[in-house]
Amino acid sequence: MARETTRNRKLVFTVIGWTIGLTLFFPILWTIITSFKTEGEAIASPPSFVFFQWTLENYFEVQTRSDYFKHAMNSVIISLGSTGLGLLVAIPAAWAMAFSPTKHTKNVLMWMLSTKMLPPVGVLVPIFLIFRDFGLLDTRTGLVAVLMLMNLPIIVWMLYTYFKEIPGEILEAARMDGATLGKEIVYILAPMAVPGIASTLLLNIILAWNEAFWTLNLTAADAAPLSAFIASYSSPEGLFWAKLSAASTMAIAPILVMGWFSQKQLVRGLTFGAVK
Amino acid sequence: MGAITLQKVSKSFGDVTVIPGVDLEINDGEFVVFVGPSGCGKSTLLRLIAGLEDVTSGAIRINGTDATGMPPAKRGLAMVFQSYALYPHMSVYKNIAFPLKMAGQDQAAIKQKVESAASVLNLTDYLDRRPGQLSGGQRQRVAIGRAIVREPDAFLFDEPLSNLDASLRVNMRLEISELHQSLATTMIYVTHDQVEAMTMADKIVVLRAGNIEQVGSPLELYRNPANAFVAGFIGSPKMNLIEGPEAEKQSCTTLGVRPEHIAVSTDGGAWKGVVGVAEHLGSDTFLHVRVEGVGLMTVRAEGEFDLHHGQTIFLTPVPDKIYRFDKNGNAIR
Repeated sequence: MARETTRNRKLVFTVIGWTIGLTLFFPILWTIITSFKTEGEAIASPPSFVFFQWTLENYFEVQTRSDYFKHAMNSVIISLGSTGLGLLVAIPAAWAMAFSPTKHTKNVLMWMLSTKMLPPVGVLVPIFLIFRDFGLLDTRTGLVAVLMLMNLPIIVWMLYTYFKEIPGEILEAARMDGATLGKEIVYILAPMAVPGIASTLLLNIILAWNEAFWTLNLTAADAAPLSAFIASYSSPEGLFWAKLSAASTMAIAPILVMGWFSQKQLVRGLTFGAVK
Repeated sequence: MGAITLQKVSKSFGDVTVIPGVDLEINDGEFVVFVGPSGCGKSTLLRLIAGLEDVTSGAIRINGTDATGMPPAKRGLAMVFQSYALYPHMSVYKNIAFPLKMAGQDQAAIKQKVESAASVLNLTDYLDRRPGQLSGGQRQRVAIGRAIVREPDAFLFDEPLSNLDASLRVNMRLEISELHQSLATTMIYVTHDQVEAMTMADKIVVLRAGNIEQVGSPLELYRNPANAFVAGFIGSPKMNLIEGPEAEKQSCTTLGVRPEHIAVSTDGGAWKGVVGVAEHLGSDTFLHVRVEGVGLMTVRAEGEFDLHHGQTIFLTPVPDKIYRFDKNGNAIR
């Protein structure tokens, strides 16, 4: 009886899970399928799923019109650069807050988070003017800096939660055992925090890769990453669904593959602290 | 060498004073136990000696040198934590070797010392394992091993057995006592368990609210408690502390009688009472007796003493084994 109920529940949950999963994945699947159609078939109604003339012409077209690899390289540099720089600043900050808190630590953390509640467009004009005056418009340096600053609160928060999980007594034991601050970090803290640092790194690469607001507003051609590259296919070119889909597929493919291989780390990172 | 002296050591966290001022002398090779109820400042005192907390005022001297401002590693002390605080990402071997590595010793010397410590602690077969793969008792031994290899001037134990189950605790208690016999190194041991204090200590320091209530050997504290608090804390089951007319008859505020110093009779005696609960342990019987005009008392009777709930009995305290305390709780001698 009890076993029967468990099995039924399992079945229900499986069905619900797959339904939600497929619904969420459908737009991506549709984009990928459309990218292999001709422009005519892309807007055909009713649409066909499998039985159409599969073609790669959109991909060649996109590559010849705009240099995919240049934008992909920009995306790589910007997402890795902003995440790396962010970690460099956030690790010492999170360490200080987790292991040597003052009575204002919580306030500082809340203040950092509160900056994420402000709509980015609110600071667009000042940042645009600063970028213009310092000659940072349409440069990768400028984007690395701004994306690093935008994601810094999240990086600090994630690392802070991870470091909080490391018991203070272990660090004290290392201190008793004669470890200096440097050795304590190298031999004890860093190895214990590696999973946390890794998932923070992954999540922030994804956030920076998909970032569109700042990349669209602060870049034109030279420094534009893939998110801006997709957008360039939506308006000036008119409604070329197949080419837009091909551009999108090419833009999301790298991050999708990376996400797929690191999903275990990501899930752990996102649910960390939620389940004990 | 491991003589430690505390001179007027005090500690405050913000406005809260945890230790108002402690003077204490710990001799080389002594097994000293800090005991007291939770929140009495015993762990804080240990952490002050370790250097994990800074003293607010006063001085700590280790082997005659002023160690008050020294970092923990320079004090020549090793600590075993309540949570064991093993390094989870290192094997048992690396855990034990860590302090030696930090001290910059060469690989061969480290290997030899770790292996000898492991054989003393029965850990030889587990050197390649991670702490997560060990049982509670084994983890405890690794923590002790990590302390031993440093050959410290003194060992500091912070409630090391409180995470173990009862039978293992008894075993580890013996092992630590044996270790003290063979190493003859100063050990300072913090616990809230008076049984651990009584069985292990050369010298017990009873703490209450950051103050030392009494210092002495286990039997000194048992025989001559300085006040009602120590009297109630040392000894198991607890001493019966009686107030009211019965105490006034003995011209004191509080009268103390240990459960084992009461004669039980079914015929007649000083106090008449009714048995509430009788706990038959086999070797002993603990009777919880409601005594007229006195209240609830605990009495230790012989093992196979056939008494049960509701029975009327008579209790007589052994005359030269009663304790008297004045209105401040201090013993009247």
